[in-house]
Amino acid sequence: MSILVYTENREGIFKKATFELLSYAKEMAKTLNTNVVALSIGQVENSELEKLGNYGATKVLNTQGNNLSFLDNKLFSKIVTTAVEKEGAQIIIMANNISGKALSPRVSASLKAGLVTGVVGLPSSYEPFVIKKLVFTSKAFSNVKVNSALKVLTFAQNSFGVAEPINAVAHVETFNPQINDVPVKNRLIETNRITGKLLLTDAEIVVSGGRGLKSAENFSLLEELAGVLGAATACSRPVSDEGWRPHSEHVGQTGKIIAPVLYIACGISGAIQHVGGISSSKFIVAINNDKDAPIFEIADYGIVGDFKTVLPEMIAAIKEIKAG
Amino acid sequence: MKILVCISDVPDTTTKIKFKDNNTTLDVNGIQWIINPWDELALTRALELKEASGGIIQSVTVANVGTVASEPTIRKALAVGADNAIRIDAQPKDAYYVAAQLANIVKAESYDIVLVGRDSADYNGSAVGGMLAELIDYNSLSSVSSLNIENGKIRINREIDGGTETIEAELPFLAIVQKGISKEPRIPAMRGIMMARTKPLNVVQAVAVEILTEDVSFEMPQPKGSCKKFDSENVKTLVSLLHNEAKLI
Amino acid sequence: MNFEFTEEQKMIQQAAKDFAERELLPDVIERDTKALFPKEHVKKLAELGFLGMMTDPKYDGGGMDTISYVLAMEEISKIESSVAVIMSVCNSLVNWGLETYGNDMQKEKYLKPLARGEKIGAFLLSEPEAGSDATKQRTTAVDMGDYYLLNGTKNWITNANCASVYLVIAHTNPEKAHKGINAFIVDKDTTGITLGPHEDKMGMRSSDTHSVMFTDVKVPKENRIGDDGFGFSFAMKTLDGGRIGIASQALGIASGAFERALQYSKERKAFGTEIFNHQVIAFKLADMAVKIENARNLCLKAAWLKDNKQPYGIMSAMAKQYCADIAMEVATEAVQIHGGYGYVKEYHVERLMREAKLTQIYEGTSEVQKIVISRSLLK
Repeated sequence: MSILVYTENREGIFKKATFELLSYAKEMAKTLNTNVVALSIGQVENSELEKLGNYGATKVLNTQGNNLSFLDNKLFSKIVTTAVEKEGAQIIIMANNISGKALSPRVSASLKAGLVTGVVGLPSSYEPFVIKKLVFTSKAFSNVKVNSALKVLTFAQNSFGVAEPINAVAHVETFNPQINDVPVKNRLIETNRITGKLLLTDAEIVVSGGRGLKSAENFSLLEELAGVLGAATACSRPVSDEGWRPHSEHVGQTGKIIAPVLYIACGISGAIQHVGGISSSKFIVAINNDKDAPIFEIADYGIVGDFKTVLPEMIAAIKEIKAG
Repeated sequence: MKILVCISDVPDTTTKIKFKDNNTTLDVNGIQWIINPWDELALTRALELKEASGGIIQSVTVANVGTVASEPTIRKALAVGADNAIRIDAQPKDAYYVAAQLANIVKAESYDIVLVGRDSADYNGSAVGGMLAELIDYNSLSSVSSLNIENGKIRINREIDGGTETIEAELPFLAIVQKGISKEPRIPAMRGIMMARTKPLNVVQAVAVEILTEDVSFEMPQPKGSCKKFDSENVKTLVSLLHNEAKLI
Repeated sequence: MNFEFTEEQKMIQQAAKDFAERELLPDVIERDTKALFPKEHVKKLAELGFLGMMTDPKYDGGGMDTISYVLAMEEISKIESSVAVIMSVCNSLVNWGLETYGNDMQKEKYLKPLARGEKIGAFLLSEPEAGSDATKQRTTAVDMGDYYLLNGTKNWITNANCASVYLVIAHTNPEKAHKGINAFIVDKDTTGITLGPHEDKMGMRSSDTHSVMFTDVKVPKENRIGDDGFGFSFAMKTLDGGRIGIASQALGIASGAFERALQYSKERKAFGTEIFNHQVIAFKLADMAVKIENARNLCLKAAWLKDNKQPYGIMSAMAKQYCADIAMEVATEAVQIHGGYGYVKEYHVERLMREAKLTQIYEGTSEVQKIVISRSLLK
């Protein structure tokens, strides 16, 4: 048996989220006295694949192909299930992100493997297998028991951390599963990528603005703060509904659910739907001119004041620190 | 053409969640149940497609796995415009259980398009749609934020990590939809509410399905320590605290 | 006895709540400040069928009961009474009046488009010198053989500008006192109708209130409602139902103000704790809650009587008087609980307080309701 980790590259490069996923799997593998096999789909250089060894993968299955340039749920799931069978994997781990949410249910149903999505932390017990996950949009946790022999987990980013890299090279093995019998039913027409911007899902620091910022123009201050912090920008629902910011930046119950190390909420009152999307952040700093705003209830630090005076001061203070 | 929209009923998103029986069961006392927000947006899109199709789409059906307690939610779906509804009479156990029940419905009556919301606002499984697609062997795409029918094919936009993609897909097709699929849910009109009285709501028996996962207990997150508040004169103090103590910046 | 709402009643209540919160709440303060008529909002309300929700489906209405109407009125009034009053006039005065007392031609021509929400109606009873005492109508309609010739002035007319169908009460034979009064359907675009300026009101500033002048306005004979001399009775019967609408509106103002005050009391801190934890505030809220509960029960009982074809005039007078008076009390307390914040527009409660005042005045003042109630005690 083994643990199979579905890894994702972006333009041929693995990101921190993948290393965290492997670190997590490795910890589980230690307890189960087994090893971690990574599956990579798409064009990635061998040298990059070998790096996965640093985070605990002993073997990397490398699948490349012409029709694998975009995520086709059925096709990719088939590759995963074939890899599971080949490796005799008992536990399949994916990120709880767009791809993981797309593939894990198909893999689960195909293998009749119990699926737990959005798990945080290691299993509290292996026999029976019980693991904690977020439910009710981060308002609570559930301890889920998986009855089936095979298990599929999607792991909530930033809930475990990246282990210290070890100096090890993963064995890269070409993996060409028989997928010709899966008819191609989808055709990619166009891809639009946001370039040159730190993605919300990658960011350790997120600065976010709410209706309190009053206009789209005022987000330039927030952009500036994000710039000096190396942070990604986000917003609350009313802001994206107003069209001040793109929908891709909306965090909350109906938008993205994020868990950065530091979340700075500016002019966000802290409606329960918004809090659901950010409550797993390690640290929350709230800036609001209403000292009774509910956002302060979940914040570690707060500044009561107007963003127009607070943000420039904050930017200046951070610049000072960065300048050493 | 026929569309099936799978809906679940979930606690209102503003509901405070509580558990009972030694934290093993959700305390449903005082909970207001609503159509799962993404399912509701999916339904809105299905109705828009039907209205714009000039009769090509004959019907929009909603399906729900639930007890009689979920009927108000189903009635609302009928009131906003679904043509008929199917309730599979069972307490949902886990995502696989629900997907297997729905698969049975789709197999009995083939649908050209099946729409499922991204995840449910209760157990946040993000699982039923994908499982259903696998069980009925449909082509499926996830994170779908717009969906149109063009020349007998489906054209969708979907979110990917750091961008969007436009994809043309063949029917039959299952879309797992999210924000953007339609602008906002419809408010039922008086006429719709009146017509919903007589629209068919078929109750069918559940089939036996193996239970793959179970919630054994629930926990509430640790309450946050109290917030350290600063006034706007002390922004600098806070920044240095974040730098020196919390080591965040 | 059954205090449970039906699934459908709850659905209507939720629909009204969703409409109010989604469509009305975002700009209600601006509309109130600038006294802007909520044109687009009323159009949407009409499309959802709220303007004709109680009219029989055979006349293109929603066919819903009065209980549902009370619930919907309450939800909309929590946010914007200027919109709720349009709904009340259309449903309880104009549509109900036409449905109950109009003939087939009148129903076909006027009621159907009203019930579909394509047209808006207005009810023209009040005059500069005939408010509470409705028998003292000075507007006259002289029988000219083929038509009536209408002359006079009506005051405080809700929907005066946005309506296209007027129900006008006028004297055809002043010597016969109230038995010489008739009700007429008048198309607003008829020659000879002019509107006074938009009234600059204390509250419900967005609703469309004007005086209306009639100068030699020709009204076809077929537009008279009921037999000759039926007008006063028509007006009184119609107002019986109208009171349920305004009572529910007042209820909504009270419960809207209460909800905001309760929320505020749980967030605002003073002397180291949320102000709700101070008994002086908690008891205020307890008093408000009891009043609202009583008010709602009165509204629902009046509605229940009406739905069950039992006399409801006295109960609707009780509901109107009580709801309006407690709306004023509750809204005033809500402002008090908010302190300084309550006195600024951003927190909504000052507007609700201004709106509450009108419910004690229009469609029969609280004093007139007490006349109705007390007279019934003597019988």
